[in-house]
Amino acid sequence: MARILGIRLLRLIATLFAVTFLSFIMTSLLPGDPAVAILGQDAIQNEALLEEVREDLGLNDPIPVRYWNWLTDAAQGDLGESYINAGQDVSQVIRDRVPVTAQLAIMAIILAVLMAIPLGVIGAYREGRWQDTTTSAAVQVALSVPNFIIGIFLIWLFAVQLGWLPASNWNRLSDGVWDNLRTSIMPATALAMTQMAIFSRLVRSDMIATLRENFILAARAKGLKDRYILMRHALRPSSLSLMTIIGINFGALLGGTVVIETLFAIPGLGFRLINAISQRDILVIQGITVFVAVVYVLVNTAVDLLYTVIDPRIRRS
Amino acid sequence: MADAHTPVLVVDDLRTHFELPIGMVKAVDGVSFELERGKTLGVVGESGSGKTVLSRTIMGLNIASNARTSGSVVYDGRELVGLTPGEMRQLWGTEMAMVFQDPMTSLNPVVKVGRQLTEHMRAHLGTSKQEAKASAIELLRSVRIPEPEERFNNFPHEMSGGMRQRVCIAVALACGPKVLFADEPTTALDVTVQHQILNLLAQQQRERYMTMILVTHDLGVVAGRADEIMVMYAGKAVEKASTSTLFSAMRHPYTEALFRSIPKTGNPKHTRLTAIAGRPPDLIHPPPGCKFAPRCPYAQERCREEEPELQAAPEPGHSFACHYPVGSEAGKAAYEANLAAGVPQTLAAAGQVQATEDLSVVAAAAEEVV
Ligand SMILES: Nc1ncnc2c1ncn2[C@@H]1O[C@H](COP(=O)(O)OP(=O)(O)OP(=O)(O)O)[C@@H](O)[C@H]1O
Ligand code: SF4
Ligand SMILES: [Mg+2]
Repeated sequence: MARILGIRLLRLIATLFAVTFLSFIMTSLLPGDPAVAILGQDAIQNEALLEEVREDLGLNDPIPVRYWNWLTDAAQGDLGESYINAGQDVSQVIRDRVPVTAQLAIMAIILAVLMAIPLGVIGAYREGRWQDTTTSAAVQVALSVPNFIIGIFLIWLFAVQLGWLPASNWNRLSDGVWDNLRTSIMPATALAMTQMAIFSRLVRSDMIATLRENFILAARAKGLKDRYILMRHALRPSSLSLMTIIGINFGALLGGTVVIETLFAIPGLGFRLINAISQRDILVIQGITVFVAVVYVLVNTAVDLLYTVIDPRIRRS
Repeated sequence: MADAHTPVLVVDDLRTHFELPIGMVKAVDGVSFELERGKTLGVVGESGSGKTVLSRTIMGLNIASNARTSGSVVYDGRELVGLTPGEMRQLWGTEMAMVFQDPMTSLNPVVKVGRQLTEHMRAHLGTSKQEAKASAIELLRSVRIPEPEERFNNFPHEMSGGMRQRVCIAVALACGPKVLFADEPTTALDVTVQHQILNLLAQQQRERYMTMILVTHDLGVVAGRADEIMVMYAGKAVEKASTSTLFSAMRHPYTEALFRSIPKTGNPKHTRLTAIAGRPPDLIHPPPGCKFAPRCPYAQERCREEEPELQAAPEPGHSFACHYPVGSEAGKAAYEANLAAGVPQTLAAAGQVQATEDLSVVAAAAEEVV
């Protein structure tokens, strides 16, 4: 176990190197001059001033040097300051924004799993019959509608028509669970629908394979009820790919909630990231990217460890 | 119910056909037998002869949606054909149970042995958790699993194949079934373990006074363990007799061929080799007349035209379906005529030559066995 964790740790470090370096290069390749973004278009004539700012920020150093400087600071927990909002710590930006986006992503995943498991199980159990064809069709629809359309529909229904929920805005969890829920349920649902569709398809196809196994026939021959067999004997062996995709999609959601955050005016990570990109606020971009990458790798490592809980045979190898 | 000699299981003209786009697969095609309480019936036949489909049909455990079943299965005075899966479920585990062929795949790999042993006890008998555990450990002990308390908490992959089959037997016995189906329970196991498992089954059957249906492709397996034997070919029973009668007075050429193919040096693993010349017939378009004719050393013109009916032999309870039975004058004459005419399967059976392509397969198979 210690050896496995050691290997995982090495892999984590290697991944972080690669991700930070690549994102550093890419952000440096962005067209547009951060110095101009900082000083404003008026300063475009004042080459001396621009040059001073560039020198100040270290933008004139070669990329490897700049990367090294950033890396040594980052290793000590200092992700730098925003170029645009002077004095704003990148770590502080992340600390402010992450709870919002993370909450959205977690809620979306939980909602999606809660819907996907029954749908996938029913589809597999009734493979080819009407229960399967109708749920599969519904899932197909959910998969093909972009999440902002679902968001717009939810706003139209629950905010405009019924007036039950605010159309946009965000109440932090610290403002109270109920207030928070009123602002988070719609964006989380909008995000969840696509995930639900992906998850339920996976559960369905894995479950169909599991239901053909001999041990399922053996369980039937013991006179156990179908529902018990589905939940106790079939679901667990059918959830390994679900775990994998949850890990991957959680990471993707952290960096991919931009559209929904924009639609609902939610002050999350994605919102801030788009902002930073348009302003060439390199250190903020870099900080958020690194954060998402770290979470991504950590979540997927956790999923790998979860495998061994779900399927005891993996523990041996 | 009634006295000891009323049959507990009466199967009459049972058929299971599978509907396929290309036609009907007549997997079980008119099988009848009666079985008294506490007796063991050996069902013997090559791969594909319909043994598994037969036992699953009797138990009502036929999951394929393209299966069409007709005929009758009366268990303990009650007709089972036509019952819904929900009604059949009442019988599964408590009245009838099954030990499957492959212990490596018939236990759930992610569920502990203890739960797999106790879950149906608790569901059917309403046993409490502690009671179920106690009787599960007792069961494990009775199927000779060492350290049953520890094994209770094992996962299946932590056990050997033989141990797992013992667990499967314990699982099948847990709710005290009256009829036990064992579908090739040892073919997936090592030779050394096979005998132990078969003996264990026989011992449990005796102690619990269970009725057992022991399915195998190896006549040698049922020799000392079954009271009666039914030989199946292409979905039909071609010979039925008590074990001693069958071995002393077998009538059907197919039974004789099976007898010759009993591996002499212990049982090889389940290799699905055709130890008899030729292949089993196409079940969708079987040959007219006797289905065994293309492979039978005794076959005559009549066999290819007229299907033999099951007929009674002089010995009580013995019946067979053949025009030129082994040991009869007609059979002897047919065999000798074929030998003289150089009919390939007859020469092969006589051990003289391997003529056709199919027969060379047999030769290769025979070498493997030796
Ligand atoms: N669902 C199905 N659809 C079509 N054909 C089937 C189906 N199930 C079984 N069969 C066919 O029924 C025939 C009998 O199969 P069965 O499994 O009963 O043979 P068996 O005697 O048990 O052989 P083995 O020794 O290989 O276990 C085979 O030809 C098989 O292909
Ligand atoms: S002798 Fe004729 S009837 Fe008898 S098994 Fe051979 S082919 Fe069939
Ligand atoms: Mg079989």
